[in-house]
This record gives sequence, C-alpha cells and structure tokens, in this order.
Amino acid sequence: MSIKTNKFSILYPIAVIAVLVIVWWTICFLQLVPKYQLPSPFDVLKSFKEELLSGRLINDIIASLWRVTIGFIISACLGIPTGLWLGQHAATKKALLPILNFFRFLSPLAWIPFAILWFNVGDKPAIFLLFLATFFPLVLSTMAAVANIPKIYFNVAKDYNYKGTELLTKVTFPAVLPQIITAMRVSYGIAWVVIVAAEMVGCQDGLGYGIWDARNGLRLDTAVCYMVVIGILGMLMDKLLSQLTKLPNTRWGYER
Amino acid sequence: MKDNRSNSQLVLENVSHSFGELHVIKDLNITVEQGELVVLVGPSGCGKTTLLNLLSGHIKPISGNVKREGIIRTVYQQDGLFPWLTVSENILMGLRSISDTAIQEQELRELFELIHLTGFENHYPHELSGGMRQRVELARAIAGDSDILLMDEPFSALDYQTRLRLRRELLRLLAKRPRTVVFVTHDIEEAVQLADRILILSKRPAYVCSELQIEAQHPRSLDNPSVITAMKTILDELGLHTSSDLDVSEFNNLTTQ
Repeated sequence: MSIKTNKFSILYPIAVIAVLVIVWWTICFLQLVPKYQLPSPFDVLKSFKEELLSGRLINDIIASLWRVTIGFIISACLGIPTGLWLGQHAATKKALLPILNFFRFLSPLAWIPFAILWFNVGDKPAIFLLFLATFFPLVLSTMAAVANIPKIYFNVAKDYNYKGTELLTKVTFPAVLPQIITAMRVSYGIAWVVIVAAEMVGCQDGLGYGIWDARNGLRLDTAVCYMVVIGILGMLMDKLLSQLTKLPNTRWGYER
Repeated sequence: MKDNRSNSQLVLENVSHSFGELHVIKDLNITVEQGELVVLVGPSGCGKTTLLNLLSGHIKPISGNVKREGIIRTVYQQDGLFPWLTVSENILMGLRSISDTAIQEQELRELFELIHLTGFENHYPHELSGGMRQRVELARAIAGDSDILLMDEPFSALDYQTRLRLRRELLRLLAKRPRTVVFVTHDIEEAVQLADRILILSKRPAYVCSELQIEAQHPRSLDNPSVITAMKTILDELGLHTSSDLDVSEFNNLTTQ
C-alpha cells in the first residue's frame, strides 16, 4: 500500500517547507506586512536560539509533554476498559450513550473555571482538562469497535472454550486493538491541541504558557518559535504512536 | 489423540425453528452416526446454516430436541481464524486442553506436517492464501480432542482447483484422524465426492426430502459412474434438470424467450 517511492521522494516535503519559508521571508523583506504583525524567519530563529540557551524552551517542552502524557495515560487506562465493558453490555451502553456524547461535544475548555477552582494552579488543572478532552472519544470509539467485532470470532471462541476474563483478554481486546490504536492517535492529537489552551491559564510554564507569555511581552517571534516547536513535537509523538500499528499482531487491522 | 470416541453423538429429534414469522426448519429428524460424514445439500436459503447453528448449540431450537455429546467444532467458509494470532497460535487453540507442553509441541508439529504447511508456523492468516487458511482451520478443528466437525461451506470461497485439492485433503485428514462430520454445501459435486450419506433438504421450511447413501470407494473421480448417477439423482431431487432432460416444449420456451 506504500506510495511509489524513489530516492528523491524525501526531498519533496523539504522543498515545500523551503518554498513556504522563502515566501514568508519575502513578505517580511518587502515589508508587505508591518514587522510587529509578522516576525521574519530570522527573528524567529534568533529567538529560538535565545530560548534554547536560557533553558526555558526545554523546560516548557518537558512540562507540556509531562502533562499530556499523564493526562493521556489516565484517560487511556480508564477509557479503554470502560469502552470494552460498555461495548459488551447493550443495556448499560444505551443508558450511558447520550451522556457520553454530551460530554464529548462539550469543549474541555469550557471546564477551565472549574479546573482552576477545583485544582488551583500548576499541573493538576491542565491534566484534568486533558483527561476530559480524551476520555470520552476513547470510550466511544472503543465501544463502537467492540460492538462491531464479527460474531464469528465469538462463535469460534465458544467452540474453543474461551470464557470470562480469558474471552476479554484473548478475543475481545486483540480484535479491537487496531481500532484502539487509531483512537489513541486521534485523541492524542486532541490532547496536544488542548494542552496549549489549557496552559494559557493557571500554569507558569509549558508551551502554551510560553505563547501566552510571549504575546504579553509583544514577542511574536518567540510565539512563532513556540508554535513551530508545538507542531513538530505533535508530529513526532504521532510518529511514535504509529509504531504501534507495526506490531505483528495488529498489522492485520491495517492491511485491508 | 483421542482413541475412545464411543461417546460422541449428534441427534436432532423433531426440531423446528423459526425467526419471528419465518419458519426455517420443520420437524427435522437427523441422526449422525459415529465417524460418519454426512453432507447436507439444499436450495440456497433453505436454512442450512441455521441447522448447523442448532447442531453446534449456538442457537436453541424453538421446539424439539438436540442431543449432542462430545466436543464440537465448526469450520467456517472464511475468516474463522483469529487474525491477531499466528498460524501456530491459531492451531494451538485446538490443543488448549493438553497441559503437557512437550506433547502439545509434538502434536502441533504433526498437524503442520499433516496439512503440509511446515515453515508457515509464524505467518499470520492475512499472509496466507485462501486455501492455506482453510487448511489451517481444518488443522485447528481436528487438533486435540475434538469429536464432531461441523463444516459450513468450508471450501465455497475458494477457486475451483483449490476446492478439488482440499476435498482430497479433507478425506486424507479424516482417514488419519477419524471424526464425525456434518458438512454443509451447495456444491453437488463436492457432496457426492465426500459423503458417506447425503441428506437433501427441501425449500424453507426445511425437512429432509430424501437421503442418499454413497458407497463408492475413495478417491471418487468425477467420471466414476456411481458419482454421476448420484449427482443426477440429487439434481432431480432439487428440481434442476440436466440438459438431456430438457423436453422439446421446454426447449421451445427457452428459445422463444
């Protein structure tokens, strides 16, 4: 299923990025937009060096990654089992589905006042918001995946005496694992988007706070520098999660 | 593995089943003898798969009695293997009751030799051809202490040549490891080549409209006179005339249409 590649194919995306940077630089150079509205690539690069040397950037990266990881792990540990359980219990599922959907469509940012009220400042409110942002999509997609397991697997499982916990761990879970991995990638994406907003309030560090702080100091070059870092880190983390799709016992789910 | 298979039995007594208003099976009586290969044929949609589900216990009949003794396993048309397990892990499912790992390993190796798939132990089902997958399913079903195999059109999704080959393979496996088999198919040729006894089912609601004992020696080639006769009989029973039976009026109807 791979796109036909040649040895130059890695150069294509790099060329696109180069063109974009050149266009950006040209706009700044010709002063089509006033300097205070759009920092030039060189300013951004300079501020990147500055932030890196002061250690602030690294500190913010670690703070954000830590919050996202903890929030994400908590919601995966609670959300996936909940989804597995609900997927097998039609009545409970029917009872809980509307409320789950309600919270899914409620932006986690709406919880900010409560997050601060309940958890003060620091890591906790941000982790709480990340949990809210990822828990419901994870439950719902795991649940849907379980409900769509072909019946034939359960018939086979019955023939070979799989029951109870063993049925759950050896049949149900592996049968939905490919979809769970996809759901994790999607909700990780949501988490990474939400962290920036979550850190703009109630935090004293983190990538989101960095942007907020730069804006307050009218340092748009620093803000852009943080934006670039956020984008790249998001892509890297997704690349990491996508390695799970290469596990031998999940490959079947992606090769159809 | 199991020498004492004197206790397997499969009997349907006056079984009827319906889905809502739809009567699928009516007063069905079938007794499958020990070690017998019974093939069920019938018009499509006559309830063959429902019948297998009744035999396996996946569904309960609305009335009547299903007597079932021994370990029953079903071989499906396709996708019966667990795609997240390798070929050998799939076959090991059939050997779960063996606690001694050395015996289990030994048995697994023998099964791989039996289905000629040695070397594919660590492949996943999606890396195999359709015919290979069905052979793995056969091995899994026949592994360990199973008594009765229910086969739900196991070769129907395969190409013709693979189907021919797998018929022979099934008979070879059963010669080495005798099992009681109930085999559902719409392929009359397949039925006649495999069966000890063929039960022809009627249209819905299904009952056994006739029974055919086939005594010819295996392997039965397709030009074997008794095979040809049996196939003709079944076609007649199903109301499908062979071309030589076309009378002139029917022929005229066909050409004028």
